[in-house]
This record gives sequence, structure tokens and C-alpha cells, in this order.
Amino acid sequence: MKKFLSIAVLSTIILSSCKKDSTPEYDPNVKADLSVEFDNIAGAADLQLNTGSYTNAAGESFKVTKLKYYVSNFKFTNANGTVYTVPQNESYFLIDESNAASHEAELSIPEGEYTSVSFVLGVDSLRNTMDVSQRTGVLDVSGAATDMYWSWNSGYIFFRMDGTSPSIAAAGNVFQYHVGGFGGYSSPQPNNLKTITLDLTTRGTPKVKAGKATNIHLMVDILKALSGTTNFSFAAIAHIHSAAAGTSVANNYVNMIRHDHTEN
Amino acid sequence: MNRKYWLFILFFLAGIYACQKEVTETAPAPFAGFQKPANFPEPAYHFNTNTVTKDGFELGRKLFYETMLSVNNTISCGSCHIQTSAFTHHGHTVSHGVFDRLGTRNSPPIMNLAWNTSFMWDGGIADLDLQSVAPITNHLEMDETMPNVLNKLRNSALYPALFQKAYGSAEITTTAFLKSLSQFMAMCVSSNSKYDSVMRNEGNKAFTADELAGRELVKQKCGNCHREPLFTDNSFRNNGLAISMVNDEGRYLVTQNNADKYRFKVPSLRNLAYTAPFMHDGRLLTLDAVLDHYTMQVQSTPNLDPLLQQNGTLGIPLTAGERTKIIAFLNTLNDRSFLFDKRFSE
Repeated sequence: MKKFLSIAVLSTIILSSCKKDSTPEYDPNVKADLSVEFDNIAGAADLQLNTGSYTNAAGESFKVTKLKYYVSNFKFTNANGTVYTVPQNESYFLIDESNAASHEAELSIPEGEYTSVSFVLGVDSLRNTMDVSQRTGVLDVSGAATDMYWSWNSGYIFFRMDGTSPSIAAAGNVFQYHVGGFGGYSSPQPNNLKTITLDLTTRGTPKVKAGKATNIHLMVDILKALSGTTNFSFAAIAHIHSAAAGTSVANNYVNMIRHDHTEN
Repeated sequence: MNRKYWLFILFFLAGIYACQKEVTETAPAPFAGFQKPANFPEPAYHFNTNTVTKDGFELGRKLFYETMLSVNNTISCGSCHIQTSAFTHHGHTVSHGVFDRLGTRNSPPIMNLAWNTSFMWDGGIADLDLQSVAPITNHLEMDETMPNVLNKLRNSALYPALFQKAYGSAEITTTAFLKSLSQFMAMCVSSNSKYDSVMRNEGNKAFTADELAGRELVKQKCGNCHREPLFTDNSFRNNGLAISMVNDEGRYLVTQNNADKYRFKVPSLRNLAYTAPFMHDGRLLTLDAVLDHYTMQVQSTPNLDPLLQQNGTLGIPLTAGERTKIIAFLNTLNDRSFLFDKRFSE
């Protein structure tokens, strides 16, 4: 009995301490580190540039040599329904599969528990029409953006996947799927900007608190960019280099990102 | 040596000294920056984010004539935009870029760009600051990358000091590079034709009877698109050229709107004497051929401009007499001083 009592006391202590941990005090006036990780995969396999071989919905095998996309304009909704918008100038990230350091969008947001995140896949129309002096960092057309920019119809490429497939007859078997199109400066043009909103409650609610680093781990399945509303065949379409042609890719990739887990 | 002789030398030296002094006193006029001609509207370019300075403009001019902008360091902007041809590529239907690669469109003049609301024949670029990126990176033109261009400039003996002078920092950024080129291009204003002198009542210049009649004809028959004083309305129109083997779909390539197929930007009518050949692909070699096109050769292709198919007739009917008068007026739009303005020369 004595033993039982001590166990009961101990477990109560443990439980209460657990409970205490799970409801920390959040100060919305304090900002804390949060990273959003974009983990690129192809179906059930981790994406391996140049070496990994994958199969699209048309049954064609392919390899990926380059995968890059912009994510921007992050917004977080906390348990109270309050929306925090990351300041625009700090809210542009270029995810480049070949550069591991680029896979995490490093942010600083108010302490709290967040139930959803939303962001734009691409570069919003406002930034796409801003003065060149406002296009720095990952948006620098002589820097990180040099291969993510259409100079002849000025605008950023939002999503770019290059690779090879033996099903492509042309020399080199190369495919290039480049998706851009922010809606045009003065006359309407195709708009392929996609806002992606993800629920964060079922796979681990992020508990953002100063002094610790929270990581929201997202899975980005490139096979879903090639299938869904439109199932792409590389034999049929090897090159996409205009906004209109990219619309059906964008309508696919809007569903390619899911929340996998959170490291609190 | 006698005293007289010494005095002579003394006076002579004093004379030279006085001359020198005079020379330094009449130093060149200070740099005036961008000046809007009195008969022009307000410019479209955003000078509020790019104030033209002497050093910025001169850096832009140096960059405009810099062959390091191309992949094999052989051609500059000035290679296809030659000042003595009002910054076009005279005699070339389409221009040759690096390795003599041929494009599909005629090199347009670098002239009065500060009033342009879009750039390129299809208007694919809306901001002059971003324009330069296109020819630099185009495979058929300079075929270079922007990072390479900036690195070449950074490693040159000359440029860091010029950027320092213009912007107070030797760091060569995308913004500083592109804005310098914009300063040079925006400064290339052509506004000293006979037409301009008449409009501004300068020096008792007047149109001849033919020129005056020609102006009225141009206003009536061409003026909806080629609107004074810049002689363009900056719109995109299909002017009924036969569709060529290239099948250039013009503005459609930018907007992907079917209504824009075969539409191209309306070019200015200024400096036609120096900018042949004409049309987006340079297919018409003379002004006479252009008038032949509008009077007799307009084709009914998709999106043909309504102004070119009025009353069931294709084109713009013109008598021989009307043509002579129109050409007389168009000749008053040539601004020879623009071709030899030292400020814009290499």
C-alpha cells in the first residue's frame, strides 16, 4: 500500500508537471523563433536531385535536376483566431532543393499556439511590380533570382522543375516546367499565384515560445505538381515557359504541400 | 638682351595668362539633368526613384557602350542601337547578337523612352529599369547572365570607382547598374526637329504649305495611333502586315489573350529618315514602302485594327498628292541634332 501510495504521489507530480508544461504562459508581445521547413519528396521517397528516379501519373520515369520555388507572405493564425502577418520585407524565401540551408524559412513571430499557417507559393503581384531597389536578397535578378525571372515578360518564375525523362524524344530528354504569371502590369494576364493554407492542429500544434526553436515540418510532394487536376506526360509536354501554359501545373501544385509534424 | 625685348616677353606671358583665365571662367554649363521639352507632356518614367545625376548618367552611358555586357565581350547596347541611326540598327531588318545569332524583331530606337509606358515591340516589360535585363540575357542578343555582368564590372579596374562616384559606394548592385542605364536611356530625348521648333515658336520657323497640309493629313489618317507630339499612343495594334514565316504573334506572347494576337506597339514617327527599315521585323525598307502597305497591302488577319478596315475597305486610301504632303510633314519630324549630340556619344 505504501508503495502504491508513493507511485500515486509520483504520478500525480509527473502528470501535474506535464500539464504545467503543456500550457506555458505566452506573451504576445514577445517574438520567438519559428522555422517552416519545406521537405521535398517524390511520393514516398525523399527527393534526390540528379540521381533519384521517379514515375509520374502517366507512367513515365524521370529525374529532377533542378527544383526551386518561392514561398512568401506568411500568415499565422493562433488558437484565439488572431492572425499574425510576417512583415512583407522579411517574408520572401526561395526554396532550392540543391541548397539545404534554403529549405527552412526562418521567421520570428509572437509567442503562442498556432492552428494554421498560410503563405503564397510565388511572388505576389505587388512585389512583382515594385521598383528594382525593392527586389533584393532572394529577389535580386542578378543574384538568387537570376534563373527565377522572365526578363522578356518581366516577372518572377514561382515554381521551376527541370529534369530529364527517357520518354522525351528531343536530344537530351530535357523537360522544363516553369510556372509564373502574377496577373500583368497594365493589361490582364494569367494569374498563377496560389495561397496555400494548412491546418496545424492534427499533426502537432506549434507552440512558439522565446528561448526555444519551433519547427513546422512540411512535406512537398513534387509528384502532386504533375498530377491531380491535370496528369502531365513529359512526352506530350516537355516545356512550359509561359503563364498560360503553367496554369494547370499551378492548379496541381496548390495541393502538393502537407503538414507532416512539428518539432516543439 | 635689351629691356624692350624683356617687356615684350612679359606682356606676351601676361596675355597667355589672361587667356587661360578666360578659358577657366567659361567652364561648361552645369549638368542640367532631365529636361522636359516645352511641347512634350509629363514623362511616364518614375524619376522620383531615380534622379538623374551627371555621374549616374555618365556611368549609364559608359555601360551602354560596354561590351562586357555580352557573353563574349563583343557587343554592347550601342552595337544594335547606333546613335547616328537614332539608336537603331540601320540597314538591319533584324539585328545580329553574339556569334551573329539573328533575332526576329527590328531594333527599336532609344528615343524618348521616358514617355514610354511599356518596352519592347510586345510591351513585355513595364519598367525601363528592368528593360536592360532582357537583351543582356537573351540567347540571341547578348546571351550573358546578370551575375556574370556584375562580376565582370566588379573585377574591372574602372567601374568600382565610377559606381563610387555616382552612388557613394563602390559596391556594384543590380539596382545601381540598372538605374544608371535607365538614366542614360531616359536622357536620350529627341525634341529638336523642325516640327518641334514650329510648335515652340522658335526662330520664326514655319511649315511650308505642303508640310502644313501633310500635318493635317497625318492627323486625320494616322493620328489616332501616331498621336502628337510623340507620334505614338503607346497602344498595341495589328496594322495588317501579312503573317510571315516567323508567325510572330506579338503582344499575345505576353498576355496570352487571343485578342492580342499579331498586335505590336505603335512606334513613333520621329526620326524616320534615320531608322529604316520599318515595322516590328524590319520588312519594309523605305517610307514609300510603308505608305504602299497602308494604302494597298493591308491584310485581313486576326485582330486587324478597326481603323484599317473602315467602310468595308482595307487600309487607308491616299492619293499621290496626299502621299507627297504626308512625306513632307514626316520629314519635319527628323531631328538631326539628336544623332550628333555629344552627350549621348561613346
